[in-house]
Amino acid sequence: MSDIAVELRDVSKTYDGARQEQSVRAVHHINLAVRAGEFFTLLGPSGCGKTTTLRMIAGFEVPTSGEIFIQGKPMSHVPPYRRPVNTVFQNYALFPHLTIEENVAFGLRVKGVPKAEQERRVREALELVRLPNLGHRRPSQISGGQQQRVALARALVNRPAVLLLDEPLGALDYKLRQAMQFELKALQHEVGITFIYVTHDQEEALTMSDRIAIMNQGQVLQVGTPVQIYERPVNRFVANFIGETNFLQGRVIEVHGNRCVVEVASGVPVVGSTYDGVQVGDRVSISIRPEKIRIHESQPDPRPNLFEVRVETVAYIGSDTQLQITMPHGDRLRVYDQNDLSTVDESYFYAAGDQAWISWRPENALVLKN
Amino acid sequence: MDRKVLRSFSFWYFVVATALLYLPILLLMVFSFNDSTSLTFPLSGFTLRWYERLFQSGELLRSVWNSVAVGVASSLVATALGTMIAIAVVRYNFPGRGVVVAVAAMPLVIPYVVLGVALLIAFSQVNIPLSLWTVTAGHVVINIPLVVLIVAARLIGMEPNLEEAAMDLGATYWGTLFRVTLPIAFPAMVAAFLTSFTTSFDEFALAFFLVGPEPTLPVYIFSQLRYPSRLPIVVALAALIMVASVLLIVFAEWLRRYGQQPSRPAEATGRVAERLEPRPLRSAGGVS
Ligand SMILES: Nc1ncnc2c1ncn2[C@@H]1O[C@H](COP(=O)(O)OP(=O)(O)OP(=O)(O)O)[C@@H](O)[C@H]1O
Ligand SMILES: [Mg+2]
Repeated sequence: MSDIAVELRDVSKTYDGARQEQSVRAVHHINLAVRAGEFFTLLGPSGCGKTTTLRMIAGFEVPTSGEIFIQGKPMSHVPPYRRPVNTVFQNYALFPHLTIEENVAFGLRVKGVPKAEQERRVREALELVRLPNLGHRRPSQISGGQQQRVALARALVNRPAVLLLDEPLGALDYKLRQAMQFELKALQHEVGITFIYVTHDQEEALTMSDRIAIMNQGQVLQVGTPVQIYERPVNRFVANFIGETNFLQGRVIEVHGNRCVVEVASGVPVVGSTYDGVQVGDRVSISIRPEKIRIHESQPDPRPNLFEVRVETVAYIGSDTQLQITMPHGDRLRVYDQNDLSTVDESYFYAAGDQAWISWRPENALVLKN
Repeated sequence: MDRKVLRSFSFWYFVVATALLYLPILLLMVFSFNDSTSLTFPLSGFTLRWYERLFQSGELLRSVWNSVAVGVASSLVATALGTMIAIAVVRYNFPGRGVVVAVAAMPLVIPYVVLGVALLIAFSQVNIPLSLWTVTAGHVVINIPLVVLIVAARLIGMEPNLEEAAMDLGATYWGTLFRVTLPIAFPAMVAAFLTSFTTSFDEFALAFFLVGPEPTLPVYIFSQLRYPSRLPIVVALAALIMVASVLLIVFAEWLRRYGQQPSRPAEATGRVAERLEPRPLRSAGGVS
């Protein structure tokens, strides 16, 4: 057996409208290879085609072109009920006319699993999601968080090769979401099933995933581990979508291997890093994350990317202080300064109008082609 | 008009309207126990004679039985056909879907008299003799739109991806229909059946045109109005039917509501959040 659980080869999906111009290009030539046992997340803004991609894997939508392979087998003529995948729907889609136990047993029953085995597996699945005592209730008689667990148990009890989850935590409140994120990750580790997880919440994606695919407008822009996605975004969109960042616009004036110098205003050079193969003369964006800029009260020793700046606004948020500063040539940057000293002495903190110095290391300034 | 007058106006409007609606029915009940063949005041005394004669009149009981048979048969057929149409138009987006809806709903807006004449002509064209069967056929036609409306409302209210969830879990198309779609639609189907039955049971205009030698109850009652002496028996029957219909309608409505009881949306998670400690899952057996 191959170690690729799900593969999408050049898959596109266009929803036909009543007229030509009404048809929607939801997914556009995407290629993905999800490894067996992996927690793989599709992340992107609303309408970027995440649900469509998941539904094509589940078999509810037919790709307009391209081919989907599950465990190496092409899926184009396999109906949803014969695919080795199960789905956890965003609204859970529990059967209202069946009890919790009957809901969980549904997949086993339609496959004709013997009664005794059904009962044992249903019990195990409900224990797995920590809901052992609600089996005789109806879905309408349990809370949203519990419904979510039942939906999970109903899918897992079938021991699918791949579990598809479409924003399964979307309907839960913040605290419960966080608890469930942790649980889902632990659960995935425990059952060893490949998870393909859809979300538009970047924090959720970063905490849970082994790898993330960033999507926008029907295309996959980057696939990588959370660290790769955050630290080495391949373009402006990804850098901006994941976490917060500052952009400086400029033109490349020197390149030495991965290092390059960008003029962001006449006579203002910035030293950054590039993995894009930029050339002298290219117009580029430099992405610098706010927490990677150091701020100094007094002029430090000379170093690259040192600027004298003016503090514009200061917001104390507990773990750090978020400042807006203006560089001499006019660019504004956000800076997160970690609070590493416990004090209530007002004079310790920066105030609007203060003079200060900022600096960043060249490896923290990512030079991206425009 | 000042508010007080307006309020007393609406009060009296309500009283009069209610009286107009229900007083005749109340009178019906009262006269069914009145010991006189003429339906006039003053009342002459209490009797159960009319009910007694009612249960001795073979013809009349026969016509009741005919109406029950026509009602059950036409409602069963209409419920089956109407449910299929409802599932098709709600679940599938096929070409000509609008036409199907329009054709199925048409009998709602065609006067029964017109429909009756039309069906009469149609049956005589193809040499089908009039009988209870032709009445049944007519009642199927008028009951289908009722069934479609009632069942479609239920299907539309159903969460959209329950059927997908069933297929995802391994149920085929037919498995999904029988394990998910129909069970969820079932209370609505029963309500539709009962509504159809009451419609058929007291339907006169169509039956009048389509009936053969065996009358349905409304047709029989109409024919009896010529004999004043038998009028109180008909009144007693009407009182009984009234009570039975009310019970049936209340039951149908109860069923419909029972069926539509919304599954509680994914709310109230706040309370759970308090109870739920963020600790990892512990499994006893392990599912994989
Ligand atoms: N059944 C459909 N018919 C027509 N267009 C559709 C259909 N489903 C989705 N679309 C369109 O396809 C595009 C992608 O939709 P999709 O639901 O895959 O987005 P998504 O990434 O899941 O978004 P969200 O985060 O809002 O759920 C959107 O422009 C959407 O309007
Ligand atoms: Mg979606």
